[in-house]
Amino acid sequence: MGELFSQYNYVIVIILMMTGLYTVFASRNLIKKLVGLSIFQTSVFLLYITIGKVKNGQPPILLEDKKHGYDDAGHALLDGPISVAAGDAAYILPGPGSDVVYSNPLPHVLILTAIVVGVATLAIGLALVVRIREVYHTIEEDEIEAADFVYNLEGTAD
Amino acid sequence: MAFLDLLPDWLISHGPAFIIALPLLMGAITAILPNKKIAWGATFIVTILLVITALGIVLYNQEVGTVVYKMGGWAPPHGISLYIDALNAPLILLISVMALITVVYAAPATAAEIKPNKRAPFYAAMILCIAGLLGMVLTGDAFNVFVFLEVSSISTYTLVAMGAARDRRALSAAYNYLILGSIGATFFVIGIGFLYMETGTLNMADMARILADLDGGSRVSKVAFGFIVIGLGLKLAMFPLHTWLPGAYAYAPTPVTAFLASTATKAALYLLLRFTFFVFDPSFAYVADVLMIILVGLGVLGMLFASLMAIFQTDIRRMLAFSSVAQVGYMLLGIGIATTASVAAGYLHLLNHAIIKAGLFLALGAMWYRFGITRMEDFRGLGKTMPWTMGAFTISGLSLIGVPFTAGFVSKVNLASAAADTSWWWAVGVIMLTSILALIYIGRVLLLAYFQSPPEVGGSVVARNEAPLAMLIPMWVLALASVVIGIESTAIVDASVRAAELLLGAG
Repeated sequence: MGELFSQYNYVIVIILMMTGLYTVFASRNLIKKLVGLSIFQTSVFLLYITIGKVKNGQPPILLEDKKHGYDDAGHALLDGPISVAAGDAAYILPGPGSDVVYSNPLPHVLILTAIVVGVATLAIGLALVVRIREVYHTIEEDEIEAADFVYNLEGTAD
Repeated sequence: MAFLDLLPDWLISHGPAFIIALPLLMGAITAILPNKKIAWGATFIVTILLVITALGIVLYNQEVGTVVYKMGGWAPPHGISLYIDALNAPLILLISVMALITVVYAAPATAAEIKPNKRAPFYAAMILCIAGLLGMVLTGDAFNVFVFLEVSSISTYTLVAMGAARDRRALSAAYNYLILGSIGATFFVIGIGFLYMETGTLNMADMARILADLDGGSRVSKVAFGFIVIGLGLKLAMFPLHTWLPGAYAYAPTPVTAFLASTATKAALYLLLRFTFFVFDPSFAYVADVLMIILVGLGVLGMLFASLMAIFQTDIRRMLAFSSVAQVGYMLLGIGIATTASVAAGYLHLLNHAIIKAGLFLALGAMWYRFGITRMEDFRGLGKTMPWTMGAFTISGLSLIGVPFTAGFVSKVNLASAAADTSWWWAVGVIMLTSILALIYIGRVLLLAYFQSPPEVGGSVVARNEAPLAMLIPMWVLALASVVIGIESTAIVDASVRAAELLLGAG
């Protein structure tokens, strides 16, 4: 149980993921399905952000304007850690030669992209539901299938 | 190479970036073009440029081998790289050629199927879809695959929904595709996340190296593999996950159906190949298990079930869609046997089936264009009323069955002999059986078309009414391509063997 609480972020991810997936499959209402899909995708965002967190890690931000990177010969331009004072506390920033622990920023960047993709999918999904409602006057899947039943039997478009 | 000398230097050195950037940019521009004719012209020019660039990339790749293009000059493990090798070069060419063929065909088809004010957005979505597919195939970065997968998928949802002008069921088909497609893509991205946890990199070549060092990795990479296979399985219509496909193919506008059938599922299959054999490796026990049980098992079940379903369809487009699911089964079987010969056969069938199925759907679209044909019984006497269209349909149909001197025969024989090499005689039997099932569902249509007289409307027999040239040329190009491959298959077989050798090593 203690282990479960220490890893609570994963527990949240799993609960959200299963809730979302269940809603998508169990619901017969087109909007509710999209809600489920969004919850499902959100759980993945949380999963990625969880990956990026490093225990006791600092934000990976280089505050001072110092030369960084490598020169042409491959030597580090910056040797030794940078220390900065921010507010009351003094921070040592990540850099070559420092053993500062910092959180991984990459998953955050990745998930920004995934959020945009999720928004686009949701927008298209909602637009489709609007069109479906215009044509069928309902957003319940059962009623749409019933409306198409005769249609399917005849097999014609017009 | 004479052709390469004709191309400017920048196109050779920056071709991989150009072939993605051009359609992405033009997609945005086409969307706001006021005139549908200009929109078609722009799309046409874009696809011609894509074909030229793709040819350049493929020929250059044959000359120098694997090309790694560093995006923005950032070195591979950290920067995003584009990757061209023997595995994806044929697919780049396939996607751009199919794009050109369907865009030529789309000129008359959209006039009948899409409302005038929707045509410019239609072409914009089409170009974006092409960009997404090319990006998916080209990129060497695992997360980038997801982004391009979604670019192509989201534009595909809108394209499928545009079929609503012809048949309202396109809307619910597009909605179902959206739900299942998004779940598939999300599963895939969960898998990538776990892989990133395990390896700490997103570059596919780097992942492969680290996973090999870890000897397959811990449970995290097993879970990652499971998520990736299921996510891609949804995208490529692996048997029990295929439910979105018949609806989407049946009600989408014809050029879209032909383009999707020949490229979208194929690009997902390419990713499956890339991940199972390149990033992961069949020498890891869990990968071998998935290949043997999941891919072979579901592939064979899909072949049998979907072929049977195809026989019971009354709507021809649904019939061909179910046949697509069955053909995906052949490819999965080839991949699942996991010898160099079988993977080559699966890859060959992937290329051949793209040509065959696009030809069939284009011919079917022309029949709808002239006579509004969607159902089986409408085919009566079509051999007389639309001889050229029916001719193309017949050749592609025979190729689908696997009659000698057609593309379908070459890949089925290769697949059967690869199965026989590993003494999987039951698999050879299944291939034979499903070919007979294909003979039944295609043969039924051919019998109606050639041995029945055309129906009478208002007391007079329906007169001959051939499809316009802009439709006939694309479908005949594909039909003849499948005959040419059937007679002289060396080049395409060599290409698929090279791809398989890249994945599994020679022998």
